[in-house]
Amino acid sequence: MSMSIKSRMIGRALLGAAMALMIGGGSAQAAEGIVPPSQDWSFNGVFGTFDKASAQRGLKIYKEVCSGCHSLNLMYYRNITALGYSEDQAKAFAAEYETTDGPNDDGDYFTRPARPSDRFVAPFENEKAAAASNGGKAPPDLSLMVKARMHGADYIYALLTGYKEVPPEGVTLSPGGHYNEYFPGHQIAMAPPLFEDAVEFDDGTPATVEQMAKDVSMFLAWTAEPEMEDRKGMGVKVFLFLLVFLGLAIANKKRLWAKLH
Amino acid sequence: MQSNEPGPEFSGVVKWIDRRLPIFTMMSKEYQQFPVPRNLNYFWSFGALASITLIVMIATGIFLAMQYQPNTELAFNSVERIMRDVNYGWLIRYIHMNGASMFFIVVYIHIFRGIYYGSYKEPRELLWILGVIILILMMATAFMGYVLPWGQMSLWGATVITNLFSAFPIIGEPIVTWLWGGFAVDNATLNRFFALHYLLPFVIFAVVFLHIAALHIPGSNNPDGIDPKGPQDTVNFHPYMTAKDMIGIAVFLLVYAALVFYAPNFLGHPDNYIPANPLVTPPHIVPEWYFLPFYAILRSFVADWWFFQIFLGWWGMTAKLAGVLAMFGSLILLAVLPWLDTSRVRSCKYRPVYKWLVFLFVIDFAILGYVGGKPAEGWYVIVAQWATLYYFFHLLILTPFVGWMERPKPLPASISQPAVAPAE
Repeated sequence: MSMSIKSRMIGRALLGAAMALMIGGGSAQAAEGIVPPSQDWSFNGVFGTFDKASAQRGLKIYKEVCSGCHSLNLMYYRNITALGYSEDQAKAFAAEYETTDGPNDDGDYFTRPARPSDRFVAPFENEKAAAASNGGKAPPDLSLMVKARMHGADYIYALLTGYKEVPPEGVTLSPGGHYNEYFPGHQIAMAPPLFEDAVEFDDGTPATVEQMAKDVSMFLAWTAEPEMEDRKGMGVKVFLFLLVFLGLAIANKKRLWAKLH
Repeated sequence: MQSNEPGPEFSGVVKWIDRRLPIFTMMSKEYQQFPVPRNLNYFWSFGALASITLIVMIATGIFLAMQYQPNTELAFNSVERIMRDVNYGWLIRYIHMNGASMFFIVVYIHIFRGIYYGSYKEPRELLWILGVIILILMMATAFMGYVLPWGQMSLWGATVITNLFSAFPIIGEPIVTWLWGGFAVDNATLNRFFALHYLLPFVIFAVVFLHIAALHIPGSNNPDGIDPKGPQDTVNFHPYMTAKDMIGIAVFLLVYAALVFYAPNFLGHPDNYIPANPLVTPPHIVPEWYFLPFYAILRSFVADWWFFQIFLGWWGMTAKLAGVLAMFGSLILLAVLPWLDTSRVRSCKYRPVYKWLVFLFVIDFAILGYVGGKPAEGWYVIVAQWATLYYFFHLLILTPFVGWMERPKPLPASISQPAVAPAE
């Protein structure tokens, strides 16, 4: 049993116990389409954390591949210090982009190098421009993608590695469509974004499609839930506190009620 | 009820205040010396748990409201700002979001307790009705709260549910426009939902106060469903019940914390992390899990259902209107349960037949919840329709008839003497 399945089962068992009474184990999340295989993510489980090296590689993939079409509107350049970059590195990373500012004292808008306090610069001016350049539909923002799809990072990984060059018998693709095993309806407008050595990793990791899909999924898991490590860390402390509290409550109740009989 | 001890003695400032405004006497009488049956089990902790959840929801909600922007352009991102940039904003929001689910879990168990042990029967009918009112207010509040993040399910859930009112002939459409404040779920709708979502919890608080006031007249029911006969049958609320409630609170908080810290989005729908888009309809619009049983009842009524065609369709009623009436009816019927149940015995412990029917009713409710979350097609529809029929069959037919026909087991002589006296 892989870690991810195990931790998911533990999580579900805990909640399931509470839920089973009322909803018979089913939740609003009715499964749709093909279930992507579970991956062994470092952020799975009670003590899960983000693999920072992987997320850094993912940032590079976002920068060099995804950001050509997809925005990341909820992220600021300052946020990348959480992935292990220094403030100077974040400053330098931001400065590679031009952002629009203004109006200045003359009432004009102007461009300037981005600062850590700026949001990630989007590839298109606005949604209409994004749609016009992409066959009529704007590529979705990626900030929350992992939370906004059933099966989260597993789905992103499966989607990025799920392209088939030749669609199966009997499937005809409409113009501009690409066959993907995991996309609902199997026809996706996005062309296969990853290919061997599409990026060159600074740490020398071979850039296979699987590796890149994994790294960018890790990165997007972080952009979707930047609070996750804090949350799980606090959860452990809260649980320890509550277990002690429960023990004291049980002892107190027993002592008190023993006097009654 | 008579208390076990004489009135409290105060001194100093407390005494001075108490002689002019006897709040300390009241607190002592209602929450310390207040006698409760000594045989209460842990099901009797769920009322306290529900009160705590209400307070947690109001407290976290006030802090969220300080950062939230009820404007269609800003709402989604203001919630994400709470999640990312407000100190411990993620914690407060996840406590609030999952608090809604915990509230319904606790309240559904509380209602089950009331049904199983016959807590709604004379003299607690009004107490029960106030409880049903709280449930309906909670549903309205939760529904409007789910709209506020302005994700896809917020918008489309609100559209589907508000559109239900259009089923009423003539007045339907004007009501929907009036609810929306326009011709679609839009900024005006979001604004008023925010205002009402802030108001209703305080209304709930007031009704909870009445609910507790009404409880403190006859006192708590108990697993035997018989009235305490004297001080030997009761204990003081504090410290005996409070000590028990503490255990309940600890277990409750463990489950709550598991959700908040390890599965904060388990009970939500991923689509609500997609900003609302009036031009894109999600493939399956589903309400929050706690509405699913009622949603299943609503959707059961389709024009080609034999039950609808035989009993309802022929005099001009639409299937949609029948579904809406059935859904609201399923809630309102609960309020008249004290009069639908004809048995004089309160507790199912002594009702050999009805006991199993109550379990079946719970299973039926769970089945409704399960199919309510599935797409309305194929077997799911048929299961939902039979489960809907059973829901009403249980309340309208089985409950009164079993009350008349059933031969209850002999009741114990008193709570403190649970052994039944041997037959003479």
